[in-house]
Amino acid sequence: MFDWKWDFAFEILPRLLWATLNTLMAAGAGYAIAVVLGLVLALAQRTPIRALTAVVREAVEFIRSTPLVLQIFFVFYVGPQFGLRLSPWTAGMIAIGLHYAAYLSEVYRGGIESVPKGQWEACTALSLSTRDTYARIIIPQALPPALAGMGNYLVGIFKDTPMLSVIGVAELMHTANAIGSEHYRFLEPITMVGVIFLMISLPAAGLVRLFETWVRRKLGMIR
Amino acid sequence: MKDLHDLSHYPLKLEGPDRPMVSFRNVTKRYGDLVVLDGLNLDVAEGEMVSIIGPSGSGKTTVLRMLMLETIQGGVIYVDGQPLSHMDRGGMLVPATPRHLRAGREQIGMCFQHFNLFPHMTALGNCMEGPVQVLGMSKQAARERAEDLLEMVGMIDKRDEHPARLSGGQQQRVAIARALAMRPKVLLLDEVTSALDPEVIGEVTGVIKKLVEKYRLTIMMVTHQMGFAADISDRVCFFYDGRIEEQGAPADLFSNPQKERTQQFLSAVKSAD
Repeated sequence: MFDWKWDFAFEILPRLLWATLNTLMAAGAGYAIAVVLGLVLALAQRTPIRALTAVVREAVEFIRSTPLVLQIFFVFYVGPQFGLRLSPWTAGMIAIGLHYAAYLSEVYRGGIESVPKGQWEACTALSLSTRDTYARIIIPQALPPALAGMGNYLVGIFKDTPMLSVIGVAELMHTANAIGSEHYRFLEPITMVGVIFLMISLPAAGLVRLFETWVRRKLGMIR
Repeated sequence: MKDLHDLSHYPLKLEGPDRPMVSFRNVTKRYGDLVVLDGLNLDVAEGEMVSIIGPSGSGKTTVLRMLMLETIQGGVIYVDGQPLSHMDRGGMLVPATPRHLRAGREQIGMCFQHFNLFPHMTALGNCMEGPVQVLGMSKQAARERAEDLLEMVGMIDKRDEHPARLSGGQQQRVAIARALAMRPKVLLLDEVTSALDPEVIGEVTGVIKKLVEKYRLTIMMVTHQMGFAADISDRVCFFYDGRIEEQGAPADLFSNPQKERTQQFLSAVKSAD
């Protein structure tokens, strides 16, 4: 019943590790997009331009309320109908980056709202420009409370990369599936994918917590 | 309501050697339907120390906030002769743009009840932020200015500490140094001793006293400390219900108040002490 073959496992290991690299690249690139775009979405909701705020707010709600896999399909398969012909990688990065940007924008929003009103007033009293107010005073203080949420979504985006397999991005899940189909054996590749995800996710969560403490100390927020 | 927005009878600027440093001309402040200040007229001369007292909800803090943080719904505010709340557009006063407001407010400094120091910067960093980012000073010059001011408020030894490691009195003294680093023409003090433990109030009032007596800075101070206001003010304004009910030299106002509401307020404060 349980017929695990070590030699087969070792044989496919290099291929899976190679695919792990792709998974990490996909997660890293998607997260980089999400971190930057999320900030743009969060700040766009704080402008005095009502129409812009409302549109961005609705877009964020829309993205958060629909499944990631649907968005990946949409960008990759529906995009060409609008003249947007993208490689699986590019389409995948756009979809997953946009999806997590919507979530991260909420994390940023919470962080920014946690900064006391007096800090804004102090910035006004010093005549700081809007840009300096955000870049030098508000965002550094919004960061520590946002870091826990940002870390969760870093692990989240990593765990969601298998969704990219549906459009043929050769990440871990896609590769494991291919190996299974070639050899008619799924036990080893799928199990190994699970172990690889676990071995990366667990330390990552710990590292995020360490980083959080380090940032707080760096900013002088804890003694 | 039309005449409220007709600004043609306000001067484009105030001139002459006797012009006030700060001038409120018929200023109205509303939050929605709630009128907080109604037709306020108040002039503060250069080098004058004006204390603003009154019961809570009388609009006294709003007087300071209109100079620094908020817009007004009627009248004009002038700082050093130039309109702050409005600006001159081809010989007409029009409501100030955010840029004009920010430029005008560079001449004003403000300290708050809860200090509002930047927690991620040291005492020195707090005092250098405005000069470097807003005035465009070099770090070296800003550091020297900040150190001089921290010396003046007696906080030079703590220059590298973050606010979390400072007591309330120490934080407020750093906050005063931070405001002064912008070389303001007017300093606004909004209940700066109200959040302090009684034993450290003296270190903050000592600094304010120095600013008044040694530097002749123009100061508007909202306070609950009648003794301190009486001690250092040139003039005390008693606010009641969005208006100045009574004002005068502290000796007159505190020992011989004319209006009934002033008498009631002062005796209530006295019995609470």
